[in-house]
Amino acid sequence: MSAQTHTADLTFPHRHLLGIDGLTPQEINAILDLADGYVDQNRQANKKNSVLRGRTQINLFFEASTRTQSSFELAGKRLGADVMNMSVKNSSIKKGETLVDTATTLNAMHPDLLVVRHSDSGAVELLARKVSCSVINAGDGRHEHPTQALLDALTIRRRKGRLEGLIVAICGDIMHSRVARSNILLLNIMGARVRLVAPPTLLPTDAERLGVEVYTDMEKGLEDADIVMMLRLQLERMNGSFVPSVREYYRYFGLDYDKLSIASPEALIMHPGPMNRGVEIDSAVADDINRSVIKEQVEMGVAVRMAVLDILSRNLPTGGVS
Amino acid sequence: MSTIAFLNARLIDPASGYDETGHLLVKDELIADFGPALFKDGAPSDAEIIECNGKVLCPGLVDMRVFTGEPGAEHRETLGSASKAAAAGGVTTIIVMPNTTPVIDDVALVDFIARRARDTAIVRVHPMGALTKGLRGEEMTEMGLLGEAGAVAFTDGTHYLAHPQIMRRALSYATFFDALIVQHAHEPALVADGVMTEGELATRLGLQGIPKAAEVIAIERDLRLVEITGGRYHVSQVTCIESIEAIRLAKAKGLPVTCGASAAHMTLNENDIGKYLTFCKLDPPLRREEDRQALVEAVADGTIDVVVSGHDPQDPETKRLPFQQAAFGAIGLETLLPATLALVHQEQITLPRLLQTMTSAPADLLGLKVGHMRKGAAADLTLIDIDVPWILARDKLKSKSKNSPWDERRMQGRALHTMVAGKIVHSA
Repeated sequence: MSAQTHTADLTFPHRHLLGIDGLTPQEINAILDLADGYVDQNRQANKKNSVLRGRTQINLFFEASTRTQSSFELAGKRLGADVMNMSVKNSSIKKGETLVDTATTLNAMHPDLLVVRHSDSGAVELLARKVSCSVINAGDGRHEHPTQALLDALTIRRRKGRLEGLIVAICGDIMHSRVARSNILLLNIMGARVRLVAPPTLLPTDAERLGVEVYTDMEKGLEDADIVMMLRLQLERMNGSFVPSVREYYRYFGLDYDKLSIASPEALIMHPGPMNRGVEIDSAVADDINRSVIKEQVEMGVAVRMAVLDILSRNLPTGGVS
Repeated sequence: MSTIAFLNARLIDPASGYDETGHLLVKDELIADFGPALFKDGAPSDAEIIECNGKVLCPGLVDMRVFTGEPGAEHRETLGSASKAAAAGGVTTIIVMPNTTPVIDDVALVDFIARRARDTAIVRVHPMGALTKGLRGEEMTEMGLLGEAGAVAFTDGTHYLAHPQIMRRALSYATFFDALIVQHAHEPALVADGVMTEGELATRLGLQGIPKAAEVIAIERDLRLVEITGGRYHVSQVTCIESIEAIRLAKAKGLPVTCGASAAHMTLNENDIGKYLTFCKLDPPLRREEDRQALVEAVADGTIDVVVSGHDPQDPETKRLPFQQAAFGAIGLETLLPATLALVHQEQITLPRLLQTMTSAPADLLGLKVGHMRKGAAADLTLIDIDVPWILARDKLKSKSKNSPWDERRMQGRALHTMVAGKIVHSA
C-alpha cells in the first residue's frame, strides 16, 4: 500500500547499495517506507508481486551465511526475480580465480542484481567497479552491512515511531563488527544518540571519532537506553586473545536482567544473530517477548531487502539490450 | 672518446653548496671541468652541445631503496626495466634490495646481480646483501665476503631483524668491516595482519590497523643496541613524528645513526587510500597529515638523511585484490624526483637540500664514488626542468609494473637528460 503511494516522489540516485555511508535521511526513509509496505505484503497469503519479473538476481556469498542469504533469496523470489545462489565452496575462487575475474565472469551472464558477501573489507566495492549491474553489499569484512542497519532501523521505527533522539547502546565486539559500523552510520544520520559499550580490547581505535559516546562500563552505558543492541562475539576471540574467558566476558558484558534494569523500562533488545546464549546474552532475556525484538528483526530483514532490491531495480536499464 | 658540453645550466653540487649558472664539460666518461668561466673562448669544436637554458644540472640521483623482480619475479621487473625507469626519473644509481628469489645472501648471487646489471642495465646497480641467511632472521650472512663482492650494505629488506641478540651481534660484527646495517623498522607482532595506519580512517574502512608504535618500538630497541655495539645503523624509512624524535635524540648523542624517508610518505597521507586504493597500500603504511609534514621538516633540517623511492613493482595479480589481501608496495623510480619537487615548489624544502638527500647523502653513506659534481668524477649527471607540468600516465611508465600511487596525477618538473658515465641514457 505505502509501497505504491511513495513511488511517485521517490528518488534514490544510487546504482549500488555498498554501505550506509553516503546515504541521506530522505533516502533511508524512502527505503524504510517502502519496506513498511512489504511487511504488510509478507503477512498476507499471497506474498508475491512482479516488481522484479524477468530480472536475474545472483547471491554471491564468499563467506558462509544462512540467515542473510536466505533472507535475500526470499526477498528476490517474492518480487518475482530469478534468484541464483553461489557460495564459495562451489566456486572457482577456491581454484585460484581472483575476485575480479569472478566478477567479470558473472557479469557476462547479465545479472541485474548482485548480492555479495565477502570476508574482506572493501571487496564488494572492488567488485562493484567491475560489473555493470547493481550491487548490494551483504557484508564486507568489518566494513559495512547496510541491510542489517536498515532492518534494525525499520524494527526500531515501527516499535518506537521514530529514530531521532533515541539512545541506542551497541554492546559487544564493536572492533570486528560491520553491523556496528553500519548501525553507527545510520543512527547518526537519523539523529539517534549512539553509545558503544565494550571492553577496551574490542573497541576500534579512535571509536569516539565516529560520533558516538564510548563506554567500557556496561552499567553506565545502558543507563536510560531506549535500545540495547547486542553483538555476537566470536568464540575464538574469547580464549585470551581479546578477552580472557567466556565467564569473565559474561560477568561484565553479558546482557542479563540485572544489567537490563539500568536501561529504560521500555528498552528493546536487539541482536543481529546468530546468538551465543550465555555468552553475550542471557537466554531468558533473548526470549523475553516483552523486551526482545530479535525475531522481529528477522521478519523486517526480508521486507527491507525487498525494498532495497525494488528501489535499486528502478534505476536499472529497461528495454532492449544494454 | 666523446665530448659533451652542457651550456648555460644552473649547476648545483648539493654537497658543497655550489649553485652557479655556468657550463660543464664531459670528456671520456668524466666531468672534465665546469663553472661560469668555462668556454670563455667557446666550447670545444668537437663537443656535442646541449643547451640547457638555465635548467638545473646536478649529480645523477642515487636511489638506495629499490626492489626488482630479478631474480625470481622477472614479470614484475628486471634489472633492465628498473634501470630504464630509473633513467627516466633522473636516477643514475640504484641500490637493489636482497628480497629476491633466491635471496641475495651469497657471493654467487651478488656476482649474478653485477653480471646481469652489466649486461642489461643502463644505470649503475649495486645490491644490498641480506643481513641474515634467507632473510630468516636467524644466522648472519658473510658480510665480509659479500662486501668484497660488491654488496654496499646489509639488510633484510622488508623484514625486520626481530631477534635482539642476533641484531646485536650483526651490529657488532659489522663494525669489523665498517659495514652499514639497514633495518626495515617494524615490530612484526604489532603489525600482525595490519594493512594501514591504525586510527579513525582504518576504523571507518574496517581495515586492520598498524599502530605507529610498531615502527617506533623497533627503532628505539635498535638504537639501544647501536649504543652498546657502535655499529653503523640506518633506518630505511621513518614515517612518523615519534620515529623522527627517536632518531634526533640518537644523533644528538652522537650515535652512528642515519635514516631515510620515501617520496610517497613525504607527499601522500592515509587519506589517499580513499576507497581502498591498493596502490596506496605501502609498508610502512601511509600516515596522517601531521606525520607527513613532520617528515618534510625533518628532511629539510637534516634529521632525515636520504630520500628514497622504495620502488616496489607489483602486478595486477598481487594488487587487483581486496585491500586486505593485496601486496604492499608502490613503484617510484620515475616519480622520486617529480613527486618531491612539489615540496620545493611549495617552498617547504630547498632544491639543493632535496637534491642532496638523493645524491651525495646516499652515495657517501654507502661509500660510492658518485653523487658529487667534481672535476675528474664520473660524469653521472641529471639535467632537470623543475617547472615543466605533466600528467603521470600509466602506459608511459618504463617500469614493467604500473602500481604508481600517483597514477593520473599532475606533476611539475622532471629529468630532461640522464647521463651515466658520460653517456646519455635517457632524454625526455
